[in-house]
Amino acid sequence: MINLNVNRKSYQLDADPDMPLLWAIRDLIGLTGTKFGCGVAQCGACTVHLNGEAVRSCVTKLSRAAGQNVVTIEGLSADNNHPAQLAWNEENVPQCGYCHSGQIMSAAVLLREKPEPTDQDIDDAMAGNLCRCGTYLRIRKAIHLAAELQKKEGGTT
Amino acid sequence: MSVSEEVENLSRRGFLRIAGIAGTALCLGIYMSADAEPRVLTEDEARLANAGIALAAWIIINTNGKVTLICHRAEMGQGVYHSIAQIIAEELEVDLYGIDIQLTQGDEKKYGSQLTGGSSTIRGSYKNLLKLSATAREVLIMAAAARWKVPNTECYAETGNVIHKPSGKKLHYGELVEDAAKLTAPKDVKLKARSEYKVIGKGNHRRDSPLKTNGEAIFGIDKRIPGLQFATVERNPRLRGKVKSFDATAALKVPGVTRVFKVVMGVWDTDREGVAVVATSTWAAMQGKKALKVEWDDTGFEHLSTPEIYSRQRELLKTSEGLTLTTQGDPTGIIAQAKDKLDVVYETPYQSHSCMEPVNCIAHYQVDKVEIWGPVQAPNWIQDYVSKKLGMARENVIVNMTFLGGGFGRKAMPDYPYEAVMVSKEIGAPVQVVWTREDDATQGPYRPGISYRCEGAVENGGITALKFRMAGQNNDHWRGGDNGKANRSTSEGFLKPYYQSIKNISFSDIPFKTPIPTSFWRSVYASTNGFAYESFLDELAHKASKDPMDLRRQYLKDERSQRLLDKMEEVSGWKSRKKNDGYGVAITECFASTVGHIVKVSKKSTGGIHIDKVWVVVDCGWYVNPDIIKAQVEGSIVMAIGAATIHEITFKDGMVEQRNFYDYKMPRITDIPQMDIHIMENDENAGGMGEPGLPAFAPALTNAIFDLTGKRIRKLPFDITTV
Repeated sequence: MINLNVNRKSYQLDADPDMPLLWAIRDLIGLTGTKFGCGVAQCGACTVHLNGEAVRSCVTKLSRAAGQNVVTIEGLSADNNHPAQLAWNEENVPQCGYCHSGQIMSAAVLLREKPEPTDQDIDDAMAGNLCRCGTYLRIRKAIHLAAELQKKEGGTT
Repeated sequence: MSVSEEVENLSRRGFLRIAGIAGTALCLGIYMSADAEPRVLTEDEARLANAGIALAAWIIINTNGKVTLICHRAEMGQGVYHSIAQIIAEELEVDLYGIDIQLTQGDEKKYGSQLTGGSSTIRGSYKNLLKLSATAREVLIMAAAARWKVPNTECYAETGNVIHKPSGKKLHYGELVEDAAKLTAPKDVKLKARSEYKVIGKGNHRRDSPLKTNGEAIFGIDKRIPGLQFATVERNPRLRGKVKSFDATAALKVPGVTRVFKVVMGVWDTDREGVAVVATSTWAAMQGKKALKVEWDDTGFEHLSTPEIYSRQRELLKTSEGLTLTTQGDPTGIIAQAKDKLDVVYETPYQSHSCMEPVNCIAHYQVDKVEIWGPVQAPNWIQDYVSKKLGMARENVIVNMTFLGGGFGRKAMPDYPYEAVMVSKEIGAPVQVVWTREDDATQGPYRPGISYRCEGAVENGGITALKFRMAGQNNDHWRGGDNGKANRSTSEGFLKPYYQSIKNISFSDIPFKTPIPTSFWRSVYASTNGFAYESFLDELAHKASKDPMDLRRQYLKDERSQRLLDKMEEVSGWKSRKKNDGYGVAITECFASTVGHIVKVSKKSTGGIHIDKVWVVVDCGWYVNPDIIKAQVEGSIVMAIGAATIHEITFKDGMVEQRNFYDYKMPRITDIPQMDIHIMENDENAGGMGEPGLPAFAPALTNAIFDLTGKRIRKLPFDITTV
């Protein structure tokens, strides 16, 4: 049995410790907001937070996540109101939307570490997240807006 | 038949109906054609017409006043989930954000064609949607006026209520539904003028956006049903072959793997074999697939490599005139006599769709029916294909549509749903077949790689003749198309006004076949034709010592085109640019919209070319949502950057050489130029917008590179870092 803490809820999983966190989250726990895109950490669609850090869950073994705190898109905020989520909606960022769970999870870590990111900071933090619909300009715009919203709120996540 | 005629043909009594769904409800039904332009019916439409169109409810107002809209088309990022609701909200006078929008099942008797392709949803249905919504609003007003015993003209509708202006009395739509359903709808309702719109024309917040920022949106791969098992399939890497034998021993030892067996996937008229691994989780199925040992039977078809494909196309272009699609005047004769002429070949690559959501599908085969859930662009084609293959009644193939994590044409194919059905049939349980990224890259179908021979003559600063020949696979052949006819898409992308002003033009198609499965890829043939034809016009402009924009102006004589050119020059500062400053222009037509790109490039200090900025002017006629249009153009530019400068699918010994995003690289946030996108304001018929923003980018880019460096690029993709 592997103990996994996802979105502040504890799960006991009877699973292969080599199973990637992605599939444990999706197929065993049933949270499907985290997406499968490539399986080899090339696209970022599967990005989740492991103890607050952005990781590619498709290459993160369950054994590495055992007993640690995992946050997925479903647990990022109480009501779709993390500054990044608010900004994504304000800027109409998603098209097909498939990659944006991962985009937002990457952006959330950036916004915590660099509350006022420059374009270069955004490029550095977001270059690992692919978007086939090509929403990149809006992602950049939304991250700048999220930084402003976060500042107004006077706090980070 | 035009859309307006179709509307006229609807029975006005049948227009509004009481339905027994969730109590009494006012139901509005309509048949939506796939295309707003009057023209000869396509094969699909003819079949549809034979099937008979049943009017049925797909906009429902219930007695509480709740409006439910069935989104009958696929939402794959292009925004119809939102923009259909936006149209309804305007003329029905309801709150856009109060409409309950539901994805639906394949049912063309109810909805008309649901093939979400050819950028057809809005342009094919907006007139019907406007008239339908306005008629419903008028009937509700009539019902209220009758109740109050006042003239209709004293009443108006607003945010789901009818209001009596003099008295301020108000009834919400739900209170009027039963009365309204008994009335006969008025024949001619007055539609709002564009200046009166309150909802249409606004770049408001997309209805699907919140679902896509908190993990709530259910894409095909997220769908779960009771008893669902998971499967992967190891398919023949040579795209046509069969399974000779397989050893499942190691695969069956993977914890969670339950079954391993041979499965057939139909790709239109051909079959491909693979070995399915069924398991209790997707990951177990993937591990089982890795442990499989399969011996393939690859006899009976050619194992091609990329260089052979293109050398054959070049040879054909040298030796064959091909099948003529269009001809006017005598281009061959004029070119033969001409002093100043060009004769060049352009090459475009095979491309993968690479949707972020890998191909996947759930199927549940039962004795008398099949139920399917998945990210699909063409539910009716799946019904056709699966019912035909299984010898089952079409209505017993139930196809449930989910959100699509990208489509781009790939998810219009019925191959993967059919394969899922075959896996489910074997195990007797519902199953979700998930393709890995490697499956997606190596199995296709692909945009066909095409070569073009472009010949042209110039004299006295003008073009005297154009002759285009194309050698490349015809997507229609995968659907049993006629081999004896020219590819009807050979001239796609080429602007129609040129036919009026250039006297001698011909387009022909030299049939070219390979075992490689091909399919529609965003903007379809315009995506490759546009590169060849618009680059070639640039070449001719230089040959004729003309400014490339002036050359277009000379031949695009109609007022609408001239306005587009004016706008392009205005926004980009075209006239004030310096010679060889790195500006390029291209204009293409695609799915009834004309889009012009101007690209500005510069030399990078580290070598190669930097794309500084892209200006785009869109003429799509009447439109719904300017922000969605801009988003579609932004995305099209990014996709076009990838296809022009980053990735291509290549073949070696009959197998695809690319595997995943590490060798089929994608544009990233670091690769994106500035963009400045403008929309022409007019009330012409609506054109498509999901795809038309793509084709003109690549030629505008390479024309800009020519302007800057004198180097003409005639083969895509090219390495922009070493130009």
